[in-house]
Amino acid sequence: MRVSLFITCFNDTLFPNTGKAMVALLERLGHQVEFPMGQTCCGQMHYNSGYQRESLPLVRHFVDVFRDAEVVVSPSASCVSMVQEVYPRVAAEFGDESLRREVAALSPRVHELSMFLVDVLGVEDVGAYFPHRVTFHTTCHSKRMLHIGEAPQKLLRKVRGIDLVELPRADECCGFGGTFAVKNADTSIAMLSDKIRCVLDTRAEYCASADNSCLMHIGGGLHRQRAGVNPIHLAEILASTDEDAPAAKEVRS
Amino acid sequence: MSSPRDVVLGRIRAALKDVPPTEQPKDVYIDRAYLHVDDGDVHKRLELFIDRVRDYKAKVKVVRPEALAAAIVESCAARSVKRLVVPADLPDGWAPPGVELVREPGLTNEQLDQSDGVLTACALGIAQTGTIVLDSGPGQGRRAITLVPDYHLCVIRQDQVVGLVPEAVVKLEAAAAEPSRPITFISGPSATSDIELNRVEGVHGPRTLEVIVVTELDVV
Amino acid sequence: MSREGVPPLPVSAPAMPFQDAARLSLGDTQLRFNMGKATTTIRAKRYKVVDEMPDWQNLREAGRAIKDRTLRHLDKYLIQLEESVTRVGGKVHWAADAEDANRIVAGIVKSHGAKEVVKIKSLTTDEIGLNEALAHQGIKAYETDLAELIIQLADERSSHILVPAIHKSRAEIREIFRRTLENTEHLGDEPKELAAAARAHLRRKFLTVPVAVSGVNFGVADTGTICIVESEGNGRMCLTLPKVLVSVMGIEKLVPTWRDLEVFLQLLPRSSTAERMNPYTSFWTGIAPPGDGPDEFHLILLDDGRSKVLADRNGRQALHCIRCSACLNICPVYERTGGHAYNSVYPGPIGAILTPQLVGVENAGSLPYASSLCGACYEVCPVKINIPEVLLHLRGEVVRHKQATLAGKLSGENIAMQTVARVFASPRRYEAAQKAGRLGQKLMVKGGVIERLPGQLGGWTAVRDVYPIAPQTFREWWKQREKVSNTKTVPRQEARP
Repeated sequence: MRVSLFITCFNDTLFPNTGKAMVALLERLGHQVEFPMGQTCCGQMHYNSGYQRESLPLVRHFVDVFRDAEVVVSPSASCVSMVQEVYPRVAAEFGDESLRREVAALSPRVHELSMFLVDVLGVEDVGAYFPHRVTFHTTCHSKRMLHIGEAPQKLLRKVRGIDLVELPRADECCGFGGTFAVKNADTSIAMLSDKIRCVLDTRAEYCASADNSCLMHIGGGLHRQRAGVNPIHLAEILASTDEDAPAAKEVRS
Repeated sequence: MSSPRDVVLGRIRAALKDVPPTEQPKDVYIDRAYLHVDDGDVHKRLELFIDRVRDYKAKVKVVRPEALAAAIVESCAARSVKRLVVPADLPDGWAPPGVELVREPGLTNEQLDQSDGVLTACALGIAQTGTIVLDSGPGQGRRAITLVPDYHLCVIRQDQVVGLVPEAVVKLEAAAAEPSRPITFISGPSATSDIELNRVEGVHGPRTLEVIVVTELDVV
Repeated sequence: MSREGVPPLPVSAPAMPFQDAARLSLGDTQLRFNMGKATTTIRAKRYKVVDEMPDWQNLREAGRAIKDRTLRHLDKYLIQLEESVTRVGGKVHWAADAEDANRIVAGIVKSHGAKEVVKIKSLTTDEIGLNEALAHQGIKAYETDLAELIIQLADERSSHILVPAIHKSRAEIREIFRRTLENTEHLGDEPKELAAAARAHLRRKFLTVPVAVSGVNFGVADTGTICIVESEGNGRMCLTLPKVLVSVMGIEKLVPTWRDLEVFLQLLPRSSTAERMNPYTSFWTGIAPPGDGPDEFHLILLDDGRSKVLADRNGRQALHCIRCSACLNICPVYERTGGHAYNSVYPGPIGAILTPQLVGVENAGSLPYASSLCGACYEVCPVKINIPEVLLHLRGEVVRHKQATLAGKLSGENIAMQTVARVFASPRRYEAAQKAGRLGQKLMVKGGVIERLPGQLGGWTAVRDVYPIAPQTFREWWKQREKVSNTKTVPRQEARP
């Protein structure tokens, strides 16, 4: 399959290893990977902060960039849910009928990575090796907007060497919420404290997730506390093999 | 100056500009795919009813029709009931001997407050939720008599127990249209969750609810 | 309709932005403990009783659709309800706002020469500030719901729509009772004892006060039946013992037909107190025969801003709300801040969308941001109110409102958002910004992370390190890779668009 990567702006800028891991993983599975250079940001930050008018050009830009893609795969459940759930609303709100049609045509081809692997490709064992204790944080947007289900867990369970431990209170939000973390910093911190406590209770080495946005928040807190637990994107675990050892080693220690 | 009625209705109509003038209420589709009837086994339904009534801390006794009178006597004796409120149309044979009957009509709130309990029939029971329903029908009396006394002894026949809430609502349709037949759903004794969101039985309403289920079936 | 002489309304512009009020609550250890305990308890119970329903999702959809039908034809149904209630002997009054409603209630009480009323817990009467308005007229209102009583005795405000004293522990409740009720010197802190103290205190009132005031859970248009859902029996007392009953009903609390109740009677108790059915549900249709219930029944239909909510096509769904409080109990923000931080009779997620619509976003602009958009509220809502969607819609209103002023236009946030939007709109500008940022962050990066950011972003680095812009972005790596592979004659070109 010809896979167009939608890496997302913050992964591109802050967490390039996630994108590199996706390339390695998808090529290993025999797919042709491309990265349309025109891509920037899906517009979620603007839309969710109330700058909806300002998000409209970004929505149009996304559609322009990916219009001809066979499939679009992204390592961010949050940005994919923006495309699938919110783009139709943006088009409707601004009365842009041609945009509405384009979004309707494009969004079924836009996938979050783990759902793409499990639901579209039907793969669970991607041949990964990751000999570490890992707990998985299901992000709210992946769970409640994309209905990601067990896709990440199915993939992780097939990783050789992994010691997967369940995260207590996994249903609860970590407190990131985009600009919520800044506008309501105190409440966000209170939520983060509880999430970190749950992560530490698992005694995991790595806290994994299908989205770096929440991981940036949880990982930033873990790092500040010098907790010794590393955040890691699911893609980076799945890309690891026994040849290259944990790809995560160099990530963000 | 226009009346508040005109003001409110005017505002509502202005607010609904987006609703096409030709649209009728029935044009807004309601998908009623939820369950309407429990068509399962009577035995199971009755057991569920008993289980769910007990779950909310009501006492339940199961008796055969011929043993009802004795069961009422026994329940009243267990609580040392001396003055028992009863509706004017209490079914024959229910009145327990040796207990002073405080009989409707015309009881004052004070008389109700100073009684030891009340004995009534009911309209129906709902298995799914462990609910008994009063609709001012035969053997039930007016609302205050099942409210002010601290102990409510309620008799229900097996054939009065329905499975699901929608079945009960359908059966109560006629009563609902009648001013003379106010309806009360009772699920367990009075309770509150106001302290630390934990349920505690017993505040204002009858603090003890006892249900006698009359059936020929063998149920626990 | 001047508001002169009327005390300030409980639903009015919050005195303090949410984030500041939340900061105060977050530091209250007792509140944090009580809230954590209560919400954990109720979540587990709700999950259990919802999980045992095979048709829960069908019920939710039916509930949503019934409310949608009702709202789209609200004028017709209200008129039908008015006719039905009048036919069965009730008297219907219309109130455009709180002042109208309060005046009508006071007038009815006075016409009976009464000085006291007993009340069933009612958010609607809290919303209009009825108790304060009646006090102004020399009428004393006794709250009879246990939690409302606690709040009234403590002279506090509610913090939860169903359990107003959720922020209080049993020990705190004991202290309030010992301070304010007679014969409580030896009162313990067992919930049973506390409930018994409330019973003793209120029984006399039920038997002697001539007028009762209630809200309405559901009003049925076709039969004129009114429904009250409760637990303690205080509602039944108020509905059946006093001679006069006044019910204040928000115009949205309407269902078209009696049969529609089969849906809501299942959705509400499981979502609110996590019970299969609440202990008592009362239905009455006008005036019952003498001796059974009140001789006089008044129904007040209240707008008070609801028609404004109705006018907003995106926000309208907030009027589906049946006041179950499931969204409060599940909300991770509410769990930590408690209800007072929302500064409204309607706290929690539903409050965050309802209050700004009732009082105007310009007066409650912080509330739509009082959410991490986790979506748990939408997932549990028994009538499928898409709260996150409405929050986002209202955030848009807040921003548009700010941008209409010069100060708002020149605010740091607006300028930053406009600039970033321009950057993202062009790949060239975006790449340049990445490079510039990498240069700019140089002095801030220590040991691979940034520990302190300036300005508003400092909220982030208060407890979190920040990962800096990578030494090589993904796109820089990709370009490099393409260059290498092109020189190695890998046939990639035909795959490119």
